[in-house]
Amino acid sequence: MFVEAGHYALALALGVSVIQTIVPIWGTRTSDHDLMAVAVPAAIVTFLCIGFAYLALTYAYVASDFSVLNVIENSHSLKPLVYKMSGVWANHEGSMLLWVLILALFGAMVAVARKSVPERLRANTLAVQGAVTFAFLIFILTVSNPFIRVMPPVAEGQGLNPILQDPGLAIHPPLLYLGYVGFSISFAFAIAALIDGKIDAAWARIVRPWTLSAWIFLTLGIAMGSYWAYYELGWGGWWFWDPVENASLMPWLSGTALIHSTVVMERRDSLKVWTILLAILTFSLSLLGTFIVRSGILTSVHSFAVDPKRGVFILGILILFIGGSLALFAWRAPMLKKGGIFAPISREGGLVINNLFLAAACATVFIGTLYPLALEALTGDKISVGAPFFNMTFLPIIIPLLAFLPMGQTLAWKRGDIAAAAKRLMFVYAIAIVVTVIMLSLTSGGPVMAPIGVGFGLYLVLGSINEIFTRCWKSGQNIKVFFSKALGLPLSTWGTVLAHAGVGLSVMGVAATIWGTETIASVREGEMVNAGPYQAKLERVVPRKGPDYNEMAAIFTIMDGDKVVGTTETMKRIFVSRQSMPTTEAGILTKGLSQIYVSLGELQENGSIGIRVYYKPLVTLIWIGSLIMALGGFFSLADRRYRVGAPKRSRNALEIGATAGAQT
Amino acid sequence: MIRKLFSAFAVIGILASMSLAAHAIGPDELLKDEKLEHRAREISAELRCLVCQNQSIDDSDATLARDLRILVRERLQEGDSNEQVMDYVVSRYGEFVLLKPVFKLHTLALWLTPLVVLLLGAFGLYRMAKRRKQQTVQPLSKEEQAALDALLKK
Repeated sequence: MFVEAGHYALALALGVSVIQTIVPIWGTRTSDHDLMAVAVPAAIVTFLCIGFAYLALTYAYVASDFSVLNVIENSHSLKPLVYKMSGVWANHEGSMLLWVLILALFGAMVAVARKSVPERLRANTLAVQGAVTFAFLIFILTVSNPFIRVMPPVAEGQGLNPILQDPGLAIHPPLLYLGYVGFSISFAFAIAALIDGKIDAAWARIVRPWTLSAWIFLTLGIAMGSYWAYYELGWGGWWFWDPVENASLMPWLSGTALIHSTVVMERRDSLKVWTILLAILTFSLSLLGTFIVRSGILTSVHSFAVDPKRGVFILGILILFIGGSLALFAWRAPMLKKGGIFAPISREGGLVINNLFLAAACATVFIGTLYPLALEALTGDKISVGAPFFNMTFLPIIIPLLAFLPMGQTLAWKRGDIAAAAKRLMFVYAIAIVVTVIMLSLTSGGPVMAPIGVGFGLYLVLGSINEIFTRCWKSGQNIKVFFSKALGLPLSTWGTVLAHAGVGLSVMGVAATIWGTETIASVREGEMVNAGPYQAKLERVVPRKGPDYNEMAAIFTIMDGDKVVGTTETMKRIFVSRQSMPTTEAGILTKGLSQIYVSLGELQENGSIGIRVYYKPLVTLIWIGSLIMALGGFFSLADRRYRVGAPKRSRNALEIGATAGAQT
Repeated sequence: MIRKLFSAFAVIGILASMSLAAHAIGPDELLKDEKLEHRAREISAELRCLVCQNQSIDDSDATLARDLRILVRERLQEGDSNEQVMDYVVSRYGEFVLLKPVFKLHTLALWLTPLVVLLLGAFGLYRMAKRRKQQTVQPLSKEEQAALDALLKK
């Protein structure tokens, strides 16, 4: 019954989304305030309906209602509660429902934060958001319906894909979708601006927090997915240039370009047309990512052609929105008033360089991901594009960009001076070079790229923090004055510093992996193998029983000479419902920033067991850096000037505070 | 004792069911000659496991990947150079097996796109900067200068 109610609510949402699309646009065309005002309740009702439908499906999972096809295919009564709930989005139909739920959530948030958005812009934006919601609701209700019942019901479900039964993967999709789909709001704002043919610096100020929140979630989602792959797939890699990963990296790259170009637009009233285009492209890449992941085109172009219903539908949505918005852009963009003029050597000039390189990096990932598909479809030739290609093409674009980063951050707005910026960075260069040389001499005979890479990362970290010093430090001043000045800096400045320092930390982590060691060996209980500076000793192998799986656990003691450093265990699991797909859980012991990583292989003929033991120095910096990047985003978001929903009020509050003492 | 026996059986049972699926490179495959093994790893990282999604044979659990790893090592032991091994694998499985595609006519667009985007973008920026510069530098005419001077003196 509840399930039917959910199904009905979804159909209702479809109807409301039509109203949300048509009525407000009609209102802005005829300047009718009442019609425009419909956008707000419509967006909220659409969200509530979809939210109810989502709850209904979750209920079916939690109650193990095996009369619902989607639950049968993806759940099992023995599954722990948390995986019953995450199972909702761990399959095609449910994940599309989550997708559209988040889409509606962002629409409702714009509707609620109504004071910050001017009336016409709000009406148009919510209408565009409604149109996207409508398209995906049609998709769900016609070819991807999670509420379909089967008769007669079955006794037991088929179980969740074992590899997905993991806390990391449980929260990965919602984070990723909040990022992916969050860019729909920037897209809707861009289209709304094109519909009205009007755009100014205020637009950038309104859109910035939305883009920034989407970017934060996408950053966290990608980092989470990367760490999951690292500990679950069992061979210690953390990025594979897999098309599914690339699908999330593309909107991240163009979204990163977008948050930077928005800053230029807000400060200098220029790059307007480009920013609009980037907003369109970023969400288009999110749509493309959804298509790549959800259409089955990756497995093979042929399997896509065999069951094309869903793929073709998403492709249709893709063409409609991307083609439509680009056509609107081509028609309207020339009418937009061109922005201000700026000197090439300035902060804004630096940000343009940032956009150029990020766009090129994004194009590289794009062509590498889609070229094999296009080539096979056109000529039938099958080629592969994998990690070696991306390492050869992506890195030469991203490394110069990073090398330029501290310089760009140091340049002044309007009229920068390269010599002055270089002078301000002098200490940074000096420290980074000295540290690199020391590392090189300490590790002489080892790999050269590791110290150089770590030194490069250090340069980025120091280069970012340097901004705090150049702004607050005067020689001879009291250290207390420095701290109070530093604390008084705008949060968005701290945001920039943190995000860029995070990039540097990640670079250090990536470079340090070159120092890592790998040992592949077969051992018996009590035997020991090397793990960099440590040794891993296999204590015993034991069988165990989990709630819905059996596992074999190998317990290792990590030693440093005679000293015990810690223990870790690595498991192989066989799930009751899917016996043919054993999964591995790597054993990871974190020491400081480094990790000792053990994974279990096969039983050898002589009764010993195959293991792989890695020592991964500083590897955690890769993800710590990503978290700090996201934290930088939060700082920027929390800046009073950009707070969602209240920029006007807070500015008044500041003025009142300045004149009459802080009474508010 | 019985419990111990039971757990021993359970281990064997689990292991037996696991060895049905092969795994990423294991200790039994490694070559004794370290240099040769190092080369084998280098080659493996560039070869695709044909039945997987963009995974190299080095990382893949598939039986086919294991067969390929063993094949690569056999060729190396027979004295093939890295290129010869690659050519041999490509002759058997086609270009699809290469994770880094060859640079030929049909992959030209793939390899050149990054560079072309970067250059076109840089060229566009150069043009824009030049155009804007021309717009900005417009000296006042004599009349305008006179009018301005008059205003300033007032």
